[in-house]
Amino acid sequence: MQIQIPKLSLVVLIGPSGVGKTTFAKKHFLPTEILSSDVCRGLVSNDENDQSATSDAFEILHQIAAKRLARGNLTVIDATNVQPEARKPFIELARKYHFLPVAIVLNLPESLCQQRNKERPDRNFGPHVIRQQRSQLRRSLRRMKREGFRHLFILDREESINGATIERVPLWNDQQKENGPFDIIGDIHGCCDELEALLTELGYQQIEISQTSGLWNDSVFQHPENRKAVFVGDLVDRGPRVLDTIRLVRNMVHHGSAFCVPGNHDVKLVRKLRGKNVRLTHGLAETMAEFDSLAEEIRKPFIKEVIQFLDGLISHYVFDEGRLVVAHAGLKEEMQGRGSGKVREFAIYGEASDETDEHGLPIRSDWAVDYRGRAKVVYGHTPVEEPNWLNGTVNIDTGCVFGGKLTALRYPEMEFVSIPARKTYCDPIRPFQADENSSVPLSAQQKQDDFLDAEDVIGKRSITTRLLHRVTIREENATAALEVMSRFAVNPQWLIYLPPTMSPTETSAEPGLLEHPAEAFSYFRSQGLPQVICQEKHMGSRAIVVLCRDQKAAQERFGIFEEANGIIYTRTGRRFFDDTLLEKQLLDRLCNALESSDFWNRFQTSWVCLDCELMPWSAKAQALLHQQYTAVGAAGTASLPKAVFALEQGLQRNLPDSQEQFAQKLEHFRGRRQNVKRFVEAYRQYCWPTDTIEHYRLAPFHLLATEGHVYHDKNHFWHLKEIAAFCQHDQQLLLATDFRVVDLLDEASRRAGIDWWFDRTSRGSEGMVVKPFEWINRGKKGLLQPAVKCRGKEYLRIIYGPDYDSEQNLSRLRGRSLGRKRSLALREFALGMEALERFVRREPLRRVHECVFGILALESEPVDPRL
Amino acid sequence: MLLTMTTIHAPATDLGFLLHKHPDRFQSFSLSVGKAHVFYPEARADRCTACLLLEIDPVAMVRRRGQDQPPLLDHYVNDRPYVASSLMSVAMSRVFGTALSGNCQHRPALVGQAIDLSATIDVLPVRGGEAILHRLFEPLGYEIEATRHPFDEQFPEWGESPYYSVTIRGRKTVSELLRHLYVLIPVFDNEKHYFVGEDELEKLLAKGEGWLTEHPEKEMISKRYLKYRSSLYRQALDSLLDESEQTTSEVSWTPRREESLEASLSLNEQRHGTVLAALRASGAKRVVDLGCGEGKLLRELLKEKQFEQILGMDVSVRSLEITSNRLKLDRLSEKKAARIKLMHGSLMYRDRRLEGWDAAAVVEVIEHLNPPRIQAFERVLFEFAKPTTIVLTTPNREYNIVWESLPAGSFRHADHRFEWTREEFRTWAKDISKRYAYHCRFISIGPEYENYGPPTQMVVFERVSAS
Repeated sequence: MQIQIPKLSLVVLIGPSGVGKTTFAKKHFLPTEILSSDVCRGLVSNDENDQSATSDAFEILHQIAAKRLARGNLTVIDATNVQPEARKPFIELARKYHFLPVAIVLNLPESLCQQRNKERPDRNFGPHVIRQQRSQLRRSLRRMKREGFRHLFILDREESINGATIERVPLWNDQQKENGPFDIIGDIHGCCDELEALLTELGYQQIEISQTSGLWNDSVFQHPENRKAVFVGDLVDRGPRVLDTIRLVRNMVHHGSAFCVPGNHDVKLVRKLRGKNVRLTHGLAETMAEFDSLAEEIRKPFIKEVIQFLDGLISHYVFDEGRLVVAHAGLKEEMQGRGSGKVREFAIYGEASDETDEHGLPIRSDWAVDYRGRAKVVYGHTPVEEPNWLNGTVNIDTGCVFGGKLTALRYPEMEFVSIPARKTYCDPIRPFQADENSSVPLSAQQKQDDFLDAEDVIGKRSITTRLLHRVTIREENATAALEVMSRFAVNPQWLIYLPPTMSPTETSAEPGLLEHPAEAFSYFRSQGLPQVICQEKHMGSRAIVVLCRDQKAAQERFGIFEEANGIIYTRTGRRFFDDTLLEKQLLDRLCNALESSDFWNRFQTSWVCLDCELMPWSAKAQALLHQQYTAVGAAGTASLPKAVFALEQGLQRNLPDSQEQFAQKLEHFRGRRQNVKRFVEAYRQYCWPTDTIEHYRLAPFHLLATEGHVYHDKNHFWHLKEIAAFCQHDQQLLLATDFRVVDLLDEASRRAGIDWWFDRTSRGSEGMVVKPFEWINRGKKGLLQPAVKCRGKEYLRIIYGPDYDSEQNLSRLRGRSLGRKRSLALREFALGMEALERFVRREPLRRVHECVFGILALESEPVDPRL
Repeated sequence: MLLTMTTIHAPATDLGFLLHKHPDRFQSFSLSVGKAHVFYPEARADRCTACLLLEIDPVAMVRRRGQDQPPLLDHYVNDRPYVASSLMSVAMSRVFGTALSGNCQHRPALVGQAIDLSATIDVLPVRGGEAILHRLFEPLGYEIEATRHPFDEQFPEWGESPYYSVTIRGRKTVSELLRHLYVLIPVFDNEKHYFVGEDELEKLLAKGEGWLTEHPEKEMISKRYLKYRSSLYRQALDSLLDESEQTTSEVSWTPRREESLEASLSLNEQRHGTVLAALRASGAKRVVDLGCGEGKLLRELLKEKQFEQILGMDVSVRSLEITSNRLKLDRLSEKKAARIKLMHGSLMYRDRRLEGWDAAAVVEVIEHLNPPRIQAFERVLFEFAKPTTIVLTTPNREYNIVWESLPAGSFRHADHRFEWTREEFRTWAKDISKRYAYHCRFISIGPEYENYGPPTQMVVFERVSAS
């Protein structure tokens, strides 16, 4: 016997003990596909025949089955299942996960079962058990089909059991091998003029064909490049040329140049044509009138074929390896590619709640808002003014019959092509076009994006990035980030990027030094890079600037309705300035500089994201300064002279036994007094008052992104050149970053780079950042550090303490390990770039937020803060 | 880093016997994180001075991190090498152990005798200002002379630092003086303490024997010894917070402003009472306390049988830990424990766990949200969680003028991002009600002034039923 079962089946084996279910299952299915009650009994009790373990065993069996079905895996239940109450939960389970329940009954004479059981020493129950099971099965057989099994196979001879073959049949909706390209066309509703125009616009050509029946047209639309049209349904009702539309679509489907899914109107028409009592509302009357006007002799056969065509339409399709789903009213992720009445219902009618709106139409709960699936879902059903992407789904019903337009989505190009309606054929019950006077229209995505979902950030997470594949965020770090993000961070709509941490160079062996450019140079050269760019490292606070050309752009692109056209935030996502007026002044000045340098036009953008250093350091780091740096300076300045004085007094006592010790300690403490002085001088250089905007300096060093582009594909020379171009329009505020290109293979060039560092740092500079010439580089072990810092000797005094550069201290400090810092730097870099790329691609906010949230979480990982 | 002790009790050089350290020798002792030196800058019969000078090795101190002991320091660059901290106490017990315990073989008669002594500490970090010096030393019978040092003389706008050079004078035995200093130096400091092990804490308290129990500030003194252990989470959080926001700082000297202002009105009790009344009246069985803080309202809710399911949510894990301890959640009966749950979450994110509750209390929370983020809060609460009843309270800014101690224009709490007037509050609440189909009514909490209204304003939202 040949048994055909759908690929997505829950197969319930039915038969008394000893009938051979387990053997049958092992022969036809993978071991992992089979869930056996005996095995589960063994798992919970160590004894496969311990009947007292039955209920526990079934509990885990059901749980495993549920998980498998949720993941879309065919599953076989190997248990006797002879009673209806044993089968019922499996039918329910299959329905819940939109699987098809299939029953395979093995029914052999009692004697055979008894005999087999006797041969198995572990089966020690009496013969009455099998007798009872067989009689339960016999009673069940009559009703089993009505229990809800989609397919029922009964094998009641040994030969048919042994000779059975099982074939798995893909579901009708499974068109994963069909890779397109496609032109997906929205609700037509009999607007055949517009449909023909649209198909022509899309490049389809009408080809003559010979019809066998004469009931259909003798031409069909085909695309010369073999593109396929996909109709989202609702071909009929309301419009002027319903039958022509049916003919056109049917012919395309019939000749393989199109797919079509049914809409609710199409389904209703079928019922009417079959003579069901259907009210002639919502445009059905017009459709029926067209049928009525057909000549008597062809009407009946034509209706028969129309029924056959429309009734045969598959509720939804999954195309292109699962990347594209088309359904009339859309489809949730868990229903895609599955088969059940509910799936069909949803695909055709959507998820209507019981509530109705002021127009008496059902309020549809918007499944797309919660959609998180991988597949793009294209649908229609509810007219919208413009097709709008939301979480990877798009509604392309642009209300042609209501005077809107007929829209197609070109896939995979993702372009919309529309033909405006020739007229308003029907007045919409609910207005779908926006008031012309309304303010800036927000996209559906933006409307949704003023909230984020906790599910998208909390717990352990794994984020897929283009640069580093997966980045894992640990739960405790996500927890810390949730608090900080909630309490302190700026509006997430502004927060499209956070900067990565940066690792220093390996330590230098040069006397008196902890860091030196030589190590940075050799790091990059040993990774195979010939050239680096050295940039001055400004000593201020990291600042990210997101700036729009005007407030309108801020609304349109960022969905921000505050009175601001930009923001400046810190590396942990806090607003940089408490004083919003100061922020505004600063942004205005920057905006003017961009305007004067023709930046907006040259980059064809209305916004820009810049990575900057904002000076002075004392502007933002007040608390840090007082609790740490000035504190050390103050305590040292106050106490060391006292110690020196006491030692001097002691020395003057001329004690023969202690003279040497006094002298030695005096020298030591005098040295420390000097070091504290140097320490204070070091931090003072980065502090100045910040009463007005004139005291601030902004030094951008990465032009991160503008509309449509993330500039990690441009080298750093380009970045600094572009930045310098607008900086020169406000030299008072804006500071172009000084740099040197170093040829790592040329000793003189390396020497010059090192000299430059010495020169700069001896004059108070923090140090320099060494970057590969290109921004993104891969070396032997994957992604390279995008930058490495090399800090000056005096600056490091602030970081490592006043006395760090004594040889005794240095020798110990040189043992620092960079592994963790460098790994963090790479992960954060990958996430930062990913965030920008996603923003530029106009992905949902949660997808951008996930990345910046991840960076913040990673920043909470413990790492030596001196690095 | 420097402790200087002087006596003019003749013969002053007896100080050497009392301290058990020879006046003519420079002696050094090793500590786990550096050295301690003892020497005498002067040793005359009429006046003798002994110095205990610490030479802390900052690198060694940092390298202790990651061992079994709790981390010593938040920061690598820190004032420890230059101040008198618990490290000084450790050095004292190491160097002056005999003197501390009041033993002296050579001058047994002198040990128990109070003599004129002075001690100078360079420098002492004093959290809480000069008043604290007086509060702690004066009850012990010392005269105090203190000089405060500036943060940086080049930046007078940064003000005064917490560092003092302090001299105390009194008639004490050497042992008394040492024991007082041993215990009190770390108390002023109020930083994380440096202890070699658990038993060090006990030793420390042993030094307080005989005087600590009589000290009027004994509670504060003991409290500051409470050793702080940070959870994984807290360490992670602290690395994200600015200095001023860190959770690690211990009990501060001055109680939080909002608490002290409102304490006189016992406003908190009134507020919780009124919220409770509104929740009871709503008939709610399942309630959620959003921003439950340290769980004061939860405790009240738990007492009411009406509430079958109680959920406390807060964005601060630290607060939830405190709540869990306060409510003794791990010790509740199974039945009671089944009624209450705590959860870490944020009002800035839609959260399905918040759906389907009868009532939500949002007590003194909204004013902690940044104004641009209030819209997110509104959607999370009114559009998605949409409990039948919402009870929300917030300060009334107009009332602040009643408190003379509150500087004009400032908020009651440092973390308040705004405070609303009655008008602003009502406008907001009415607008929200309209947008999300709720009825609202307003209730005043606390003594009401005609011109300023009550200190706390409350609104009760009731969802307009779908039918």
